[in-house]
Amino acid sequence: MTATDRPLIGPVDAAGGALDLVSYESYGGYAGARAALTSMAPAEVIDLVKEANLRGRGGAGFPTGMKWGFVPQGDAADGGPKYLVCNADEMEPGTFKDRFLLENNPHLLVEGMIVGAWAIGAGRGYVFIRGEYHKPYRQLQRAIDEAYAKGYLGRGIFGTGFDFELRIHRSAGRYICGEETALLNALEGKRAQPRQKPPFPPASGAWGRPTIVNNVETFCNVPAIIRNGAQWYQALGIGDDAGTKLYGVSGRVNNPGLWELPIGTPIREIIEEHAGGMRDGYRLRGVLPGGASTDFLVAEHLDLAMDYGTIQAAGSRMGTGTMIVMDDSICPVDMCRNLEHFFAQESCGFCTPCRDGLPWVEQMLTDIEEGRGKEGDLELLERNAMFIGGVTNTFCLHAPGAIEPLASGLRYFREDFEAHVKTGRCPYR
Amino acid sequence: MARVNIDGKDYDLEAGQNLLHACLSERLDLPYFCWHPALGAVGSCRLCAIIDYADEADQRGRLQMACTMPVREGMRVSIAAPFAADFRKQVIEWLMENHPHDCPVCEEGGECHLQDMTVMAGHSMRRYAGRKRTWENQYLGPFLGHEMNRCITCYRCVRYYRDYAGGKDLDAFGSRSRMFFGRQEDGVLESEFAGNLVEVCPTGVFTDKPFSQVYSRKWDLQSAPSVCPNCAVGCNTFPAERYGLLKRVHNRYHGQLNRYFLCDRGRYGSHFVNHDKRIRQAGVRGPDGVFEAGGEDAALEAIAARPRADLIGIGSPRASLEANFALKQLVGGANFCAGLADDEAAAVRAALDVYRGGGFRIPSLAEIEQADAVLVLGEDIANTAPRVALAVRQASRAVAFDMAASAGIPSWQDAGVRGHGQSAKSPLFIASVASTRIDELATATSHGAAPDLARLGFAIAAAVGADAEQSGADDFAAVAARALAAAERPLVIAGTEAREPALIQAAANIAHAIKRKGRDVALALMPMEANSYGVAMLDGGLTLSAALQRMQDGARALVLENDLHRRVAKTQIELGNAVVLDALETPTADAAAVVLPAATYAEQTGTFVNYETRAQRFYQVFEPGGEVAPSWRWIAAIARRCGGEADWAHIDDLTAACASGEFAPLAELAPGAGFRVRANAKVPRQPHRYSGRTAMRANLDIHEPKATVDEETPLAYSMEGENAGDQPGAVVPYVWSPGWNSNQAVFKFQQEVGGPLAGGDPGVCLLGRAEGAGEPAADTVRQASVPQPLQNGAYAAARVHHVFGSDELSAASAPILERTPAPYVLLNPADAKKLQAAEGAGVRIDELGMSAEVRLDNAVRPGVVGIAQGLPGAGVLATAAVHLAADPDFVRASSGDANVIARG
Repeated sequence: MTATDRPLIGPVDAAGGALDLVSYESYGGYAGARAALTSMAPAEVIDLVKEANLRGRGGAGFPTGMKWGFVPQGDAADGGPKYLVCNADEMEPGTFKDRFLLENNPHLLVEGMIVGAWAIGAGRGYVFIRGEYHKPYRQLQRAIDEAYAKGYLGRGIFGTGFDFELRIHRSAGRYICGEETALLNALEGKRAQPRQKPPFPPASGAWGRPTIVNNVETFCNVPAIIRNGAQWYQALGIGDDAGTKLYGVSGRVNNPGLWELPIGTPIREIIEEHAGGMRDGYRLRGVLPGGASTDFLVAEHLDLAMDYGTIQAAGSRMGTGTMIVMDDSICPVDMCRNLEHFFAQESCGFCTPCRDGLPWVEQMLTDIEEGRGKEGDLELLERNAMFIGGVTNTFCLHAPGAIEPLASGLRYFREDFEAHVKTGRCPYR
Repeated sequence: MARVNIDGKDYDLEAGQNLLHACLSERLDLPYFCWHPALGAVGSCRLCAIIDYADEADQRGRLQMACTMPVREGMRVSIAAPFAADFRKQVIEWLMENHPHDCPVCEEGGECHLQDMTVMAGHSMRRYAGRKRTWENQYLGPFLGHEMNRCITCYRCVRYYRDYAGGKDLDAFGSRSRMFFGRQEDGVLESEFAGNLVEVCPTGVFTDKPFSQVYSRKWDLQSAPSVCPNCAVGCNTFPAERYGLLKRVHNRYHGQLNRYFLCDRGRYGSHFVNHDKRIRQAGVRGPDGVFEAGGEDAALEAIAARPRADLIGIGSPRASLEANFALKQLVGGANFCAGLADDEAAAVRAALDVYRGGGFRIPSLAEIEQADAVLVLGEDIANTAPRVALAVRQASRAVAFDMAASAGIPSWQDAGVRGHGQSAKSPLFIASVASTRIDELATATSHGAAPDLARLGFAIAAAVGADAEQSGADDFAAVAARALAAAERPLVIAGTEAREPALIQAAANIAHAIKRKGRDVALALMPMEANSYGVAMLDGGLTLSAALQRMQDGARALVLENDLHRRVAKTQIELGNAVVLDALETPTADAAAVVLPAATYAEQTGTFVNYETRAQRFYQVFEPGGEVAPSWRWIAAIARRCGGEADWAHIDDLTAACASGEFAPLAELAPGAGFRVRANAKVPRQPHRYSGRTAMRANLDIHEPKATVDEETPLAYSMEGENAGDQPGAVVPYVWSPGWNSNQAVFKFQQEVGGPLAGGDPGVCLLGRAEGAGEPAADTVRQASVPQPLQNGAYAAARVHHVFGSDELSAASAPILERTPAPYVLLNPADAKKLQAAEGAGVRIDELGMSAEVRLDNAVRPGVVGIAQGLPGAGVLATAAVHLAADPDFVRASSGDANVIARG
C-alpha cells in the first residue's frame, strides 16, 4: 500500500511522526477543504460523502452523508445557529485509534470538520475530547491555533464568506459521554445522560439547535474523499464497505498495535500478519472485535471480514474495529466480571436495567469467580443478560452493549462458567 | 382519535398522545414510575413495557416503553403479553435490590406506589444477594423528611422541583447505582412548593414531616373533600383526621384549579386546627374580668339579655359564606359589615365591579397555565396566591411548547421540549413593589409603590389602545402592550394586596383594551383570603370604620371569625360589649364579653368563594366535639334565642336560603345531604380498611360510641358506602382503587388523565362565566384617579406579604410558624444607606410605633418602603406614607429556617 492508499496515517508514516501544519500541507493537506469551500455547494459535499459510502467510525456505522443530510438547509433552516461536534471522548476499553489520529495528524480532523461545517452550515464546532487525553489535547490545540493563524479557521475561511469557529471541550470524564446525546448534555453543562430520541441531534442537538456529532476517525476520512472522489474512496475497501479503517489489536499477541487497512480486511490477517499472531504458549480463545462492548467472536470466526455487515451477521459488531484478544490463560468469567464492573461503574444512572441490572450482574460474576456461585446463577445471569440486552429495553445503548461480552461469553465459554459454580473455585487460579 | 388494538380489544385513543397516558385514560392497569401526568414522559424507569406488534401477522412483536410511544392509527399492542409482563417484573426486581424492607415503619406504607407496582408486576421473591447501598439523610427543614435509602431513582423529585416548580436547591447527584437526590448540603428546601415532593415521590423518600410526628396509616385516616382556607385560590384538598387530630393535608385533584399540586402554605397551613389555643368552650366574662366557662346556655343567655336591635354583625373573609350570610340575616343588611378594613373593602368592591362588568374570561389555574402572554400588575402572587405563581410559571413555557410542536416534538416528551426550547420564555411582565420569585421568568419588570404601578397600568392600557405595535417605543408599558396585544391567550393578573382600587381599574382597562383588539383576554383579580369575594358579595351596609364607631358608641357587635387587630389599629377597637365567635384565641376574642367556640373549616361543612368567584363546598372532615360548633349554628341558636326567624336546621337550608340573586348558582353547588350513590349508598369518609373503629377510643371509654349519623351531607362517618369515583367530583373524599393504594389512583377518578373528574370538577362560578360575556359596562373603563407621589421626605409605604406568616390561620399552624419571619421592611440599598441601616438591622416605623428588620432589595424604588403585613407582631399599615429612622436597639428575632425564602 502506498501513502495515498492510507489517507489517515499514511502521511504520518511518510513523515516519520506527527504532522504540523507545514508538513500536513506538504502532503496535500487542506486542499480538500479549500476545494469544498471554494468550488462545491454544501449539498454537493453531502452528496459526495453519501456516494463515497462513508460510515460512522465511532462504532455504529451510520452513513455519514445521510446524517449530514438530516440537518435543515436552505429554506428549511430557520437561520439560527447550527453546531458541528467531534466526538473525541474515546473511552472504549481497548480502543486507542482516535488518540493516534489526534496526536499525530490533528490537522486532518480540523480539515474534516471544516468540510463538515461547510456541508451543514455550522458556524461553530466543538471537539469534545476525553479528559485524560492530555497529549492529544495539546496536539489538537496546537493544530487549531495554527489553522487560525493561517486563516483556515475563524472568519472568511479560504477567502470565502464562510466563518467557522472551532473549540475544544475537555470532558470531565465519563464513558457515557461517548454517547452523542449524553455528550451534548455534558457540552451544555448538564448531567451527562443520554437524551430521548427523537428528536435526533440533526433536528435538535446542542442548545436545541441542529447539530451533527461525528467521531474523530469519521471526520478524518472526509478530506481525502473531497480530494480524490467517491470512486477512489469506494475502491479502498475490500467488501461492501468503503475506505480504510484503523484496526487495532491488544492482548497477548506478538505485535500489538494499530494499522490503517482496507475496510473489510479479514480478522485473521489483522491478528496474524499485522499483530504477529499469538505469543508463544498462548492460544486464542476469543476476540472482542470492536472494543469491550461487543460480543465475543471465537477461533471459527477468524476468517470473517472486518466490516460492518459481516461481523454483525456473526452476532457481534465491528464497533471501533479495535480488537481485544483473549487467550487461554485468561479466565472468561473474570474477564466478564472485569468488563461488567467497568460498565456498571460507567452507567449514568438514568434507566433501571442499566443502573440496577449491571451491578447485580457484576455482583453475581464476582461471586462465581470467587467460588461463591450457586445453582441457578447462570440462568439468572442469562435472564439479566436477555432483559438488559434488548435495545429497546433500556434508554440508550450503553447497557445492551455492556452486556454483549457476557451474553456471548455465556454462550461460548459455558463450560468455564459451569466449572466455577460446580467446583466452587476459579480453575484459572 | 386513532383505533388501537390492546390485548385483542379495540380502543379509540388520542392520536399522538403517549401510549401510557392513553392506556391510563382507558383505566387500564399499566404500571409506571417516572411518568407523571403533569411532568410528562422521560423513559427512565422502563416499567411501562408493552409489546408492539408490526401487524396482525406479527406474533413476536417488540418490547417498547408505552410512555415514549406516540399513539398511531392501527397500532397493535399488548400489556398482558408474557414477555412484557416478565420484563416489568424484572424491572421491579432491579429496583428492589437497594430498596430497604422497612415498609412496616415507612410513612409511605399502605399508600406507596412502589408497593402497588411491586404487587401489580408480580415480583415477590428476592434473588439479589448483594449488599444494599445506604445513604445519610439530610435535614430539609420543618416540612419534609428525607430517607434516601428508599429511593428507586425515578427522577420525579428533581423533575418536579426544578423543572416544574423552578426550585434550585434540590438536584440529582452522583451517577450509576449511587444516585443521590437532595440538597448540596443540609438545609431547608427553599421552594414554597417543596411539599408536593411528598406526593410526587412514588415511595417514602420525601415524607410529610409534621404528619410523621403524629403518624397514621392512610387507611386509618378519615377524610372529606375540602377547600384550602389559606388564600383566595381555593385549591381542593383532602384534610385527614384520626383521634381528633388533623394529621395532614393532601392534594385533591380539580381539573381546572390545583390539579396535581398545592403550595406549602396550603399543605402545612392547617395544623392550626390542632392548636393549643383553640377555643373549646363558650365563655362569658364575669364581673372580675375573667372568662367563665358556663356552657352554651349561659353564653346564649348572656347574649339574649340585651336587645337584638342593638346588635351589629362583623363578618369575615375567612368564615364560610353560610356563616356570613346567617350573620347578615341575624343583624340585617344595614348592620352587617364584611369585616374588611375600609381600604381593602374598596379594592375588593372595585374588583367585583370589574368582574360584574364582564367582557373577558376569569381564568382558572388551568387557563392561566395556557396563557401565552402575561402581565402581573402590582400583586406579588408568589406570596399572596402561590399556586397562581406556579401556574404562571407553566404559562411562561408556552413558546417552548410552540417551538417543540413545530419541530415535531410531542408536548409530553418532556426532555425533548425542554432541550429544544432551552431558555425560551413566553412574554411575562411583572410590575411590583419589590423583587418577586418569578422575576427570573419575566421579559421585563417595573417597580414602584401602588400608585406608581397603577399609573403604569393606565399607560399600558393606553398603549394597547393606541396601537402600540406601530410604535417603536421600548419602555415597559409599550413593550408589554405590544406583547399582550399580539398574544392569542393574553392574561392580566392584579389583586387587592395593595388595597388600591386604581390598580384594579388599570388592570381592567388593559383587559378591555386588549378585548377591543379582538383577543380572548383573561383577567384574574386576586383577593387576599379564602372567602373575601363571598363575604364582599353579601354587600353589607356597614364599613368597618362605621362599625367600629358604633362599637365605640356602645353598640354590641357579633364578631364572626375575625381578629380585628389584624385589620385596624388597636386604639380603634372597643370590644367590651362584643360577642366573638372564633376557633382560636385572638386578641379580639380575649377582649370580648362573650366568646363562642367556632369550628374550623375541617370541622364543618360550608362554602368559600375563590378568586374566580367559584363557590366551592368543603365538607366536614371530623366532628370537633364538645361545645365547638360551626359558626352558623351558633348564629342560628342566637337568632332563635332572640326570637328571630333564622330557621336553618341544616347547612343545606342555609345554602338554599342564600341562593338568590348573584348567589343563585349555589343551587347547583354540590350534592346536598339527600344525595345517594346508586343503591342508596352514602359516600364513606373512611377507606375500606379503616381499622380499630371499635377500639380506637377504648383508652377513654371501653364502650364504643355509636357512630354519628351525618344528616348534613352525603358523606358518612363510616367505611361503608361507595367511592367508586363516578359520583359528582365535589363528593370524592379520597382516592383509592383496587391495586392503586397511592394518590396515583386519581386517574381512576378522572374522565381521562389530566381531564375533569369523572363526575365533573367541583364548584360553580357566580360571576363572569356567563356565555358570550359582552362588552364592558361603560363605567368600568373610566380613568380612575390615582394618588400623586409623596413629598416631604416621607417614604411611600407599600404593603408586601410573605407566603409563610402573612396569612392568619396558616401562621397559627406549627410547621408554618417555623418558616415565619419576624416583621421586616424592604428598602432600596441607597435608602438603607441613607438611614444607616444595614441588612438585618432595625428601622423604626413611626406611624406603626414599632421597629422591623431591614431587608435590602435593589428592585424597591428609592423613596418606597415595602412593609411586610400580617406577620406576627407586624403593625397594621393605615397610611400611604411613613417616616423611618434607624433603631440601634433593634434585636433580630428571626430564626434561620424562617429566613430561607428570600423575597425574590
